[in-house]
Amino acid sequence: MKKSMEIRDLHGEINGKEILKGIDLDLLEGKVHAVMGPNGAGKSTLSKAIVGHPDVEVTKGEIIYKGENIVGLEPEERALRGIFMAFQHPVEIPGVNNAYFLRTALNAKRKFLGLPPLNAAEFLRLLREKIRELGMKEEMIQRSLNEGFSGGEKKLNEILQMEILQPDFVILDEIDSGLDIDALKRVSDAVNKMRDGKRTFMIITHYRKILDYIEPDYVHILKGGQVLETGGIEIVDALEREGYKIFGEEQ
Amino acid sequence: MGMERVDKIINSDYELGFEIDIEEEKAPPGLSEETIKFISRKKGEPQWMLDLRLKAFHAWQKMEEPHWAKVTYPPIDYQSISYWAAPKKALESLDEVDPEILRAYEKLGIPLEEQKALAGVAVDAVLDSVSVKTTFVEELRKLGIIFCSISEAIRDYPDLIKKYMFSVVPMTDNFFAALNAAVFSDGTFVYIPKGVRCPMELSTYFRINAQNTGQFERTLIIADEGSYVSYNEGCSAPSRDENQLHAAVVELIAHRDAHINYSTIQNWYPGDSEGRGGIYNFVTKRGLCEGENSKITWTQVETGSLITWKYPSCILKGDNSVGEFYSVAITRLAQQADTGTKMIHIGKNTRSLIVSKGISAQKGQNTYRGLVKIHESAEGAKNFSECDSLLIGDRCGAHTFPYLESRSASAEIEHEATTSKISEEQLFYLRQRGIGEEDAVSMIVHGFCKDVLSKLPMEFAVEAKALLDLTLEGAVG
Repeated sequence: MKKSMEIRDLHGEINGKEILKGIDLDLLEGKVHAVMGPNGAGKSTLSKAIVGHPDVEVTKGEIIYKGENIVGLEPEERALRGIFMAFQHPVEIPGVNNAYFLRTALNAKRKFLGLPPLNAAEFLRLLREKIRELGMKEEMIQRSLNEGFSGGEKKLNEILQMEILQPDFVILDEIDSGLDIDALKRVSDAVNKMRDGKRTFMIITHYRKILDYIEPDYVHILKGGQVLETGGIEIVDALEREGYKIFGEEQ
Repeated sequence: MGMERVDKIINSDYELGFEIDIEEEKAPPGLSEETIKFISRKKGEPQWMLDLRLKAFHAWQKMEEPHWAKVTYPPIDYQSISYWAAPKKALESLDEVDPEILRAYEKLGIPLEEQKALAGVAVDAVLDSVSVKTTFVEELRKLGIIFCSISEAIRDYPDLIKKYMFSVVPMTDNFFAALNAAVFSDGTFVYIPKGVRCPMELSTYFRINAQNTGQFERTLIIADEGSYVSYNEGCSAPSRDENQLHAAVVELIAHRDAHINYSTIQNWYPGDSEGRGGIYNFVTKRGLCEGENSKITWTQVETGSLITWKYPSCILKGDNSVGEFYSVAITRLAQQADTGTKMIHIGKNTRSLIVSKGISAQKGQNTYRGLVKIHESAEGAKNFSECDSLLIGDRCGAHTFPYLESRSASAEIEHEATTSKISEEQLFYLRQRGIGEEDAVSMIVHGFCKDVLSKLPMEFAVEAKALLDLTLEGAVG
């Protein structure tokens, strides 16, 4: 099966402390990969390493994406190649209009792909359509980016950005945290609609709940900065019963 | 812009008591009664104006330069400065202009003919703007609006000048205001008659021709009862000047139900990364809300000068009058800005609003200094102040000094202040969406300044936004 991303012997540090200690992971095209693990296992650090967050210094190893080692690329260069992360805590940027931000991001991507930019009217048509599909309030697009948004609105706004930018590789970083069941369902529905057999998802989560709504093809258990176990949803069942201690540690 | 390009000071020894020849094109360095008489003669002023200048000069001689602002600079030798010079000879073509400046014009989208005018290149006399100016002045005259240089106004409207000049900023108000009163070169005079709404933004259309104002600019704007005027000063194009010291004075008077909007974009040469060659800008700007329900709005975007010392203020004398101050000040390189406002509440139910956005990058030092003073008479007065600072990098500084004095028990004063760094998380969020680092910084800064930029007249706002981007280029990291 075709690999979307191949992570080889990845070592990464935060503030000089090694967190990732040789991650090996294949993420297959069109599949949903759930990544679980106790606190401190390196889940967030792994996702930061993939998107090029400046906090993480990769000291060894490779991240091969679409045949290219992306370690060392700027965050925006990775984004333009189709990597998208839905943030656990989307940051507020006062005074920056949500719609303006989205159009700038989309047109940056279109430029990268050699496409002409969308003008304001064309973009607004696209945006309205997506907003309707997501059941969002229209006024949200005229507000400042994430400013004063509720937890649910912030997560939906992440999904809206994903819908607009149409990435090939999506990381959902604890997208389920702080969501009530209705919001969780809406977010999950939107993600499921984007499963098209080509797009790859990496879902980082602590809880099984979201995996009932977005069924993973593979589950990976991370511990101590390494991949401890890879399997299907059945390992989550074991996890539910026994906790992480079956993998050698209390949560 | 808004100034004369003058000849470099010729190194000549100045002797006390030296008689200046009226035919000379420039005054030798130094300040004395003779210098002032020379300036006044050159400008063909009446005796009463010369007398006022001399009175200001004598007062200035007894005054001391203020040093309470949070800025440092080497001592200024007032006797080494030349206080009057004829306009500089025009350049032949744009080829003679500093390429750095041309690049900035390009970035700011300034049309070619206007570039020439700004850079001091000789322009064709049939240039559109000249006839445009004549047409507009004619149109304004029909409405009874006076819009001319302060020198013309001294000659043609002595009654208005005698009544209003020094009525808001007394000639001895402060050291720099007194210096300006003694040696002011030129500036703008505006009078809007009762009930007239000025149909255009003043100065936007005229700026090509508004250069002969000099380093000691003086502006006086009077809005009579029920009138409205919007005045734009300066422009985004970078201005270089061999004269390091600038000390302008602006006086505004709003009568009953009148509203004055005063917008400034200041982009004087900031000096190099060590501050060498940068302009010292010591400005006194004050508006008097004389009548009931009058309103004065100051909006400023300050990006230039090495030293900025500037506090556009409002005296809210009329009942229900309103004062507003919206400011964006950016300091980078080795720039130091100490700027803010004073809102003096005297009338009943007077209201004031202060929105100040300070941005510091590189070695820039940015200080907000503001006074809200509520007199006993100002029953029901209200003030709201918001002072936000944004830091880019870790070698710059932001400081906030709000002063509040209230003698009215019924007054309401609110002050909010924040200091933030452009956070890694904000930058990363935008970059993760494919937006490059420089564009991401620009987006965050524009968002930060939005409340102020939205107050500028549209054309001016477009310029201000382009200027912000140009200023931030290379200021990051």
